[in-house]
Amino acid sequence: MSNLQVSIYRYNPETDSAPYMQEFQVDTKGRDVMVLDVLHMMKEEDSGLAFRRSCREGVCGSDGMNMNGKNGLACITPLSDVVKNNKLTLRPLPGLPVIRDMVVDMGLFYKQYERIQPYLQNDTPEPAIERLQSPEERDKLDGLYECILCACCSTSCPSFWWNPEKFVGPAGLLQSYRFLADSRDTATSERLSNLEDPFSVFRCRGIMNCVAVCPKGLNPTRAIGKIREMLLADAT
Amino acid sequence: MVTNITSFGRSGLSDWLMQRVSAVVLAVYTVFIVAYLLFNPDLDYYAWTALFDQTWMRIFSLLAFISVAAHAWIGLWTVTTDYLKSTRLRVGAQTLIILAIFVYLVWGIQILWGA
Repeated sequence: MSNLQVSIYRYNPETDSAPYMQEFQVDTKGRDVMVLDVLHMMKEEDSGLAFRRSCREGVCGSDGMNMNGKNGLACITPLSDVVKNNKLTLRPLPGLPVIRDMVVDMGLFYKQYERIQPYLQNDTPEPAIERLQSPEERDKLDGLYECILCACCSTSCPSFWWNPEKFVGPAGLLQSYRFLADSRDTATSERLSNLEDPFSVFRCRGIMNCVAVCPKGLNPTRAIGKIREMLLADAT
Repeated sequence: MVTNITSFGRSGLSDWLMQRVSAVVLAVYTVFIVAYLLFNPDLDYYAWTALFDQTWMRIFSLLAFISVAAHAWIGLWTVTTDYLKSTRLRVGAQTLIILAIFVYLVWGIQILWGA
């Protein structure tokens, strides 16, 4: 079996005047390993190659990247899912500034996450033990709380590419709805009034790239639809 | 909250609702006109003016014109804010678009009630 041909984005702003693609021949010994394993094999050849990784099992969300044109987590993406004609092209998440090689500056992504106030707000007196929820109320948070903020969805969204400082993006909006839907949160109307402008939520055009790439199988488009329903119910 | 002053209703929610309502009006108007043309294969000038002489048809047409105006403004405003990053270019394009929409709207009203 021939070696896997990998083409990877390289850019070191201290030494390179422009980004370039570097070619690697990786011997996977015929095994269907994860893309992250291939990255490690390349790093053995060229220790200067920079990428983020931590848990290597799809929980930390560090190694989101663009693999043969589709965003995903390198650690839980087997070669058989992405490799075509024995070729693999790896690029950093699209739309965010590159710090070095596959490492991007997530500042804008986190700024939008911070903007939706991702924490419970409750102005009623604290109960003696804890704020209780019924099982039905808790069920509403399923499909929302699982997000690991890997940024695969937001960086595959053209609306986020064009207006990353104004459009919250699918990841932020999924978390926004997570707190709007929480029975223990009492800041619903303040949260909604921060979202009714033409950009924050409504720049979503519903193309569902976010749903197509989410490594956790979540559905930000549905959450955005629910936010729109809440805004409409609140304002009409 | 992101502020804006050139969008149609100054609010994403109202623009979004207006875009959908105007789309429904335009769909109904299109179906009506296409059906009318299909059911009147030998249409002449007199039948066409007779249709537009009726008040309900003028109101229906005006509603469709206003819907086109709102729909085009909201849609093209979105396109300009996505793709035109230079403020001068963007505001210039938005001004031209709004001006054209205004001209078409007044022209449409003149055609409906002028004859």
